[in-house]
Amino acid sequence: MADTKLQLAIYWGAACGGCDVSILDTNEFILEVDKVADIRLWPIAADGKYADVEAMADGELDVALMNGAVRNSENEYICKLLRQKSKIFVAYGSCAYMGGIPGLANLVPRTQIIECAYLTNPSIEPGNRTVPLAECSVNGYTLEIPKFYDRVYKLDQIVDVDYYVPGCPPQPDQAKAAILALVAALTGQADPPPKGAVVGAYERALCDDCPREKSEKKIARFYRPWEIMQDPDKCLMEQGIFCAGMATRSGCGVRCPNSGIPCRGCYGPAPGVLDQGAKLVSAVASIIDSKDPEGIEAALATLPDFTSFANRYSIPASPLQRSHRQ
Amino acid sequence: MTFEPTIVGFLCNWCSYTGADLAGTSRIQYAPNVRIIRVMCSARIDPTFVLKALTDGADGVLICGCHPGDCHYSEGNYKMMRRFPLLKTLLADYGIEEERVRLEWVSASEGQRFADIVNDMTERVRALGPSPIKMALAHDMAER
Repeated sequence: MADTKLQLAIYWGAACGGCDVSILDTNEFILEVDKVADIRLWPIAADGKYADVEAMADGELDVALMNGAVRNSENEYICKLLRQKSKIFVAYGSCAYMGGIPGLANLVPRTQIIECAYLTNPSIEPGNRTVPLAECSVNGYTLEIPKFYDRVYKLDQIVDVDYYVPGCPPQPDQAKAAILALVAALTGQADPPPKGAVVGAYERALCDDCPREKSEKKIARFYRPWEIMQDPDKCLMEQGIFCAGMATRSGCGVRCPNSGIPCRGCYGPAPGVLDQGAKLVSAVASIIDSKDPEGIEAALATLPDFTSFANRYSIPASPLQRSHRQ
Repeated sequence: MTFEPTIVGFLCNWCSYTGADLAGTSRIQYAPNVRIIRVMCSARIDPTFVLKALTDGADGVLICGCHPGDCHYSEGNYKMMRRFPLLKTLLADYGIEEERVRLEWVSASEGQRFADIVNDMTERVRALGPSPIKMALAHDMAER
């Protein structure tokens, strides 16, 4: 064990909290982490305030695990602050890595989000016109809240990221492996992974690890998982259930397909894939059993909201990044 | 000054590229806005190429392949035929105007047809104006 403890920070941006829970889900391993590391900031499980981080010297932290995307100015501030104070900055989880579920909001303009959440939602009290403003004046005082940006950013669009740990959330075993790899690198027991590496996942597609039987794929239509009695041994795509496994990196342990649920793509693009959405266009096109435009259209009509399925976690990471509707 | 759109054209080697070549050797005049990239088959055109072209500065993308039934590899153009509606859906969700990306079948003997398609597409994309992508991403940089 090292003489001096490693300095660790864990924080979140636009996130659901699942990533923090995935670290806690390593169970007693977290006590091993505590033996070798001082947790300087982890509000969800330990403690730490912004002022504590601001008071640190640059590079004082060995590792910062940042989960969640950047949706507002506060997310951006803490992201840049932790980057400055850390030797190794890790984008932890799908939102940090690719924008994740919050990134789906990049397909609609900010005004529509505010209107839906604060004005037209059925749960809003009739007549309530309260919307959040970055700055407002109350009794002569100016109140400020973080600025809500026009879109969601993945972390490496904001700061320099050293490593990525994919997953929504990362599987506890993979989180453990990633943390151990970083500890080994920092204590000189192993070479660090190359900068920019995706750690806690494999260099192959999900289908490579999926135990379902794969044969010639020819389908006339798609089914949502509840619309069909599923053959538990056969490739989901061959049964017409849209599965993102072909374009997705393996590392999760094939949990969804093993439970009868199609892959949702949370581990991000497979090695060599730029955009999951574009690759899934090819994948779906290759298996439709039709050679005439009407038949193709009929098959595609059974696949609603394709973009949100194909780029479910990766809209800010797609080359287009956001809606460009004017 | 009128806006001159940049259009990237992915043309299959066997029919459409030869068709474009025929337009040239026949001295047919057509808009100089299309930058042609020859590929072996329209099936080779990964939708990623189209996204890359658009984000790297193209105002439009033209994809040309053999007419259905005429593919040199017998089925390649059907793959493109099936990809295209899905690619259009993806692009529409990202707010890219429909007319910026176009699929046409052009045979080796259709030099005039190729020239007409390029002229027509150039005018349509010119009317739309520059691709909104660069401006939107610049706006994002400025908001922070």
